[in-house]
Amino acid sequence: MTTTTTPMTLRGVGIGRGLGIGPVLRMPDPLPEPADGPSALAADAEKVRAAGALAATAADIRLRGEKAGGSAKDVLEAQAFMAEDPTLKDDVNVRLDTGKTAERAVFEAFVQFRDLLTSMGGYMGERATDLDDVSQRAVAHLQGVPAPGVPDPDHPFVLVARDLAPADTALLNLDKVLALITSDGGPTSHTAILAREKSIVAVVGASGALSLEDGETVIVDASTGVVTVNPTDAERSAAEATLASRASAPVVPVGPGALADGTAVPLLANLGSVDKLAAAIELGAEGVGLFRTEFLFLDSDKAPSVAEQQAHYTTLFEAFPGKKVVVRALDAGADKPLSFLNDEPEENPALGLRGLRALRAHESILRDQLTAIANAAAATTAEAWVMAPMVSTVEETRYFVGLARELGLKTAGVMVEVPAAALLADRILADADFASIGTNDLTQYTLAADRLLGSVSSFQDPWHPAVLRLVGEVGRAGAALGKPVGICGEAAADPMLAVVLVGLGATSLSMSPAALADVRAELSRFTRKQATQFAELALSANSAVEARAAVFAAATPSTNTQKSE
Amino acid sequence: MPERTVTIGSAHGLHARPASLFVQAVTASGLPVQLTKGDKTLNAASILGVISLGIDHGDQITLSAEGENADTVLDQLVDLLTTDMDA
Repeated sequence: MTTTTTPMTLRGVGIGRGLGIGPVLRMPDPLPEPADGPSALAADAEKVRAAGALAATAADIRLRGEKAGGSAKDVLEAQAFMAEDPTLKDDVNVRLDTGKTAERAVFEAFVQFRDLLTSMGGYMGERATDLDDVSQRAVAHLQGVPAPGVPDPDHPFVLVARDLAPADTALLNLDKVLALITSDGGPTSHTAILAREKSIVAVVGASGALSLEDGETVIVDASTGVVTVNPTDAERSAAEATLASRASAPVVPVGPGALADGTAVPLLANLGSVDKLAAAIELGAEGVGLFRTEFLFLDSDKAPSVAEQQAHYTTLFEAFPGKKVVVRALDAGADKPLSFLNDEPEENPALGLRGLRALRAHESILRDQLTAIANAAAATTAEAWVMAPMVSTVEETRYFVGLARELGLKTAGVMVEVPAAALLADRILADADFASIGTNDLTQYTLAADRLLGSVSSFQDPWHPAVLRLVGEVGRAGAALGKPVGICGEAAADPMLAVVLVGLGATSLSMSPAALADVRAELSRFTRKQATQFAELALSANSAVEARAAVFAAATPSTNTQKSE
Repeated sequence: MPERTVTIGSAHGLHARPASLFVQAVTASGLPVQLTKGDKTLNAASILGVISLGIDHGDQITLSAEGENADTVLDQLVDLLTTDMDA
């Protein structure tokens, strides 16, 4: 795969890891702003028109929601309420009383609310797109013209837009859309969420995307977030070869994860409840590397009893007889606060009383949870491991491991998400039985970029050499002490990065079960020696982009060799 | 007029989806419900009003309603607001 640094390359945040090649088609320009001339109708007549258009728009959006289903339906339901909003209607009517047309009054009222949301920034600012879409639809209805929407030509195309409204994304004709590029919108935008859900190849937040013109050929690589504009023949052939090899790649049979030289790399599942156990086993999970327990606590205003928890853990352990199952103690706080744990509002919750810190402040909850896990483990044959979230110090490690042992658990470890824990991994692993690296938080803390904030999403890249160096510290400490080092963040689900992580010393990889097949296939292509070499290449890079490019370049010849065998 | 003060339970506050569930419940009640955060009071059936207040997790708001069953309606709305609708 070739990446260039010429001006004909756009960069954004890739969603998923697909690849698309094809001609650009831009979203049609929005409707022109309705003229601000006096209405020929009486104010009351205009009010009837405006109310009718808003009601019809709401009904139309709801209908689209019903068709789309899934999370799109919720988003569209919210949009329908925007069209029906009583405050907005009052605002429209006040404007109509001054003699404006319904088109203009509706337009102005929406603009006012949109500006308000935009001025609030962050999440609210991203909702402004939803509002623009509702406005356009209502004005189009008043003017008797079709609402601007996704083009539907008779050939496949790469859709380019500023940002897509939920209604558009939900109804994309997947047979025709080869890929999606937006200039705006972060990884939390609806476009990104829905693209992920529908497996649409997408690069979002690619600045400069609006300079693309209809008919230009682009290569959209979601795995790197790179859009190559007007590619050379060589680039195009390389991309087509990649597509073809993915389509024809022999599916690596479901089985234990291993490198090409036979080095075992157990592939485990990240699970957030006991509902998906069967699916994880079917996809070849060799155990569970991260069992999130928040679901047991989120819906209640007090912690569940030992017996209630024990029943869930027993179901979990019974599904993996003789296999490793790592249960993470309750990880509340920051983006998932619980009323009975997090008492005080915090200015910076990601840096606050979260994870093990919150549990220590409410030790009875932690004791109950560990007791329930120990009881379930005693009644089943799974290899039950427990780990503490958000551990920063050796002292916290000793506290957690000591408590787990006291309550009858044999294997207790810590999550490494805080740079301090990675830097002192040799001392932490002297006390802990294992470490599991949470790459999402480790990246957030290393680069000081809130992972929920779209405006700093470009920092949230686990390929960053600073993050990889910290992973390497933990890997080295684990090797020296003979302790396992797992990865349980999103990074393990990125096949190429998974190989790099193994090169940095990861001994197992845990991911959402859907990613297991791709990672298993990628691992089988490279030897330990190559993985170590890729790790060194990535570590010596200056940026995430450089690290990725260097490793892909080094990995490509090897892939070809493999194919010609 | 009956009123309730409540602390928001949704992890990301009252943004699009939780706001929409809340507005849906208010609309379904058929009663005029007022929502107050700080010194701002508005119609709780207005999703744009609710969103524009920027109500975050842990914020305190006050709901008031008038009419038949006002107490029952308010209790139901309080239940909704204290649960994590993002979960």
